[in-house]
Amino acid sequence: MPASATTPALRVRGLRKLYKDVVAVDGLDLEVQPGECFGLLGPNGAGKTTTVEICEGITQPDSGEVELLGMRWNTHRRQLRQRLGIQLQETQLSDKLTVSETVRLFRSFFEQGPGDSEVIALVQLQEKQKSRVGSLSGGQKQRLALACALVGDPEFLFLDEPTTGLDPQARRQVWDLIERFRTAGRTILLTTHYMEEAEQLCDRVAIMDHGQIIALGTPRELIASIGVEHVVEFRTGTALDASALRGLEGVHAVRNENGNMQLQVAQLHRTVPALLNELGRQGVPLTELRTHSASLEDVFVALTGRHLRND
Amino acid sequence: MTKRSRTGHPLVQLTLMRFREFWREPEALFWTFAFPILLAVALGIAFRNRPAEVLKIAAVGAELRDSLAREKQLDVQQLPTAAGEEALRGGKVALLAEPGPGGTVLYRYDDTNPEARAARMLADAAVQRAAGRADPIAAQDQILREPGSRYIDFLIPGLLGLGMMSNAVWLTAFAIVDARRKNLMKRLVATPMPRHYYLLSFLLSRLFLLFGEVGVTLGFGVWVFGVPVRGHLADLAVLCVLGAFAFCALGLLLASRARTIEGVSGLMNLCQVPMWIFSGVFFSAQRFPDVVQPLIKALPLTAIIDALRTNMLQGGGLARVAPQAGVLGIWLVVCFGLALKLFRWR
Repeated sequence: MPASATTPALRVRGLRKLYKDVVAVDGLDLEVQPGECFGLLGPNGAGKTTTVEICEGITQPDSGEVELLGMRWNTHRRQLRQRLGIQLQETQLSDKLTVSETVRLFRSFFEQGPGDSEVIALVQLQEKQKSRVGSLSGGQKQRLALACALVGDPEFLFLDEPTTGLDPQARRQVWDLIERFRTAGRTILLTTHYMEEAEQLCDRVAIMDHGQIIALGTPRELIASIGVEHVVEFRTGTALDASALRGLEGVHAVRNENGNMQLQVAQLHRTVPALLNELGRQGVPLTELRTHSASLEDVFVALTGRHLRND
Repeated sequence: MTKRSRTGHPLVQLTLMRFREFWREPEALFWTFAFPILLAVALGIAFRNRPAEVLKIAAVGAELRDSLAREKQLDVQQLPTAAGEEALRGGKVALLAEPGPGGTVLYRYDDTNPEARAARMLADAAVQRAAGRADPIAAQDQILREPGSRYIDFLIPGLLGLGMMSNAVWLTAFAIVDARRKNLMKRLVATPMPRHYYLLSFLLSRLFLLFGEVGVTLGFGVWVFGVPVRGHLADLAVLCVLGAFAFCALGLLLASRARTIEGVSGLMNLCQVPMWIFSGVFFSAQRFPDVVQPLIKALPLTAIIDALRTNMLQGGGLARVAPQAGVLGIWLVVCFGLALKLFRWR
């Protein structure tokens, strides 16, 4: 049965997966609508990859249901494989093959899809098509992995950490590609632990931690949900009395990370002068002062007390 | 949007991948093609058939030396007694002949040394003939030194079998474990690729490489050493394909679970070393006790080497090697079946 416009492209119910005695996925529910770019955001070890690999039919869940494009893995495996594009985390394609040989190999598995050169042009690897995979840069390899995910003209695209380990420029190139697929109306499920990536690419984001979804919504909704517009970070030359900071105008929360003070605030133009006054009153010199608009990272910090990336 | 025909059948593409991965690895090429030749040359030189040995002896006195020198199989040198004894003790000569009292001859030699005993017989015959003895019966020699019964003729089929096993097992197992280690296998399984195509691509690529491997070793043996191929080439080809498939299936089985190169290397050695020893590559497997002969005959390497020798050296047809072909067939079916069942696809 084909997916109609009203059924979700992906529906996951009560998914659980244990590895030995570690709970990787703990009763997870999820719905991805057709044409949506959905992001699973969370730190390493949150269970993102396990979740995605269960949806991809690579890993067997201990319990729970996955319905993809209106089909299930145990009854429609062959049809599903033809209609999915998959990019796994950390796959090394064969170093000895050239770019076009690799694309041709993957293309041969699918009944239909664009020609090899068309896909290679799509990921902008035309100049490299005769080069061995082993000689490509990290960003080029990642774009080739995307090409291999696209050779079957997939309706649903799974991207597991598509830009992990790439330099900023290569990351931006991959983002541009993903944007193009999104505007072409494909459904995408991507995992990432970069909050900028989720904010930039995703229509909706689920924040994952310890195998569960702890928040779900558009990036804007999620950021608004913590009631914080901005974050003020500063350091001082000598110790200060932090308790006084809580009383400052518009301050929602105060965090101290090894002397790096963070204030979650609603309005910068009220809080910053008040902060400077307070420091002057205490006679404490200010050595650093930064402000940024609240991000998904701050949402994660507000929900878990930890950062997305521990490196 | 194009249909698949333009980019080929998945089995063709997978086989091409195998082929390219091998072809673009210079070290693999060396071990596959150059190594068997180097081995054949080295062993061929070491065990080449030398002209019949000439025995070195020493004689005291010119008269005795002249009598002995008429025997062509003796290399006689004239030495004073003391020097002759010295040469005998040092093993430089096998026998020392010196004139004794009253026209007699004294032979000094070690009778536990076959060369010395042969020298004694040759020397005495030469001395007696020189003194006028006539042989009552005329004797003639016919020397047999035919291709097909030399060591190198025995060796080349052994090396063919050994190469077939090593290449099939190592290349197959390494490629699989490498693909598993790099997540490439998991990536392939995440496509619509039929899984048995993946395993079949190993057998198919083996088939193409086999022509090169066997061709190089066999061609070298025939061209340089004149090793005979008395059976039908078509029969030989059938045997080689069967052998290569059986070993390839063995490689698939050995690599069916392993996640690391170290793990699979241990398994491969465990499986191959007994065959290097027992299967008659370098010397006849018949030398082992009768009790273990049925076991030795059940080894795939023994089967292929026996079959190759029967074909090449005795000109035996397929009917004569049916038992060996049966052994190989069983290994092929059992290993491939088990590999399919046990295979870890990620």
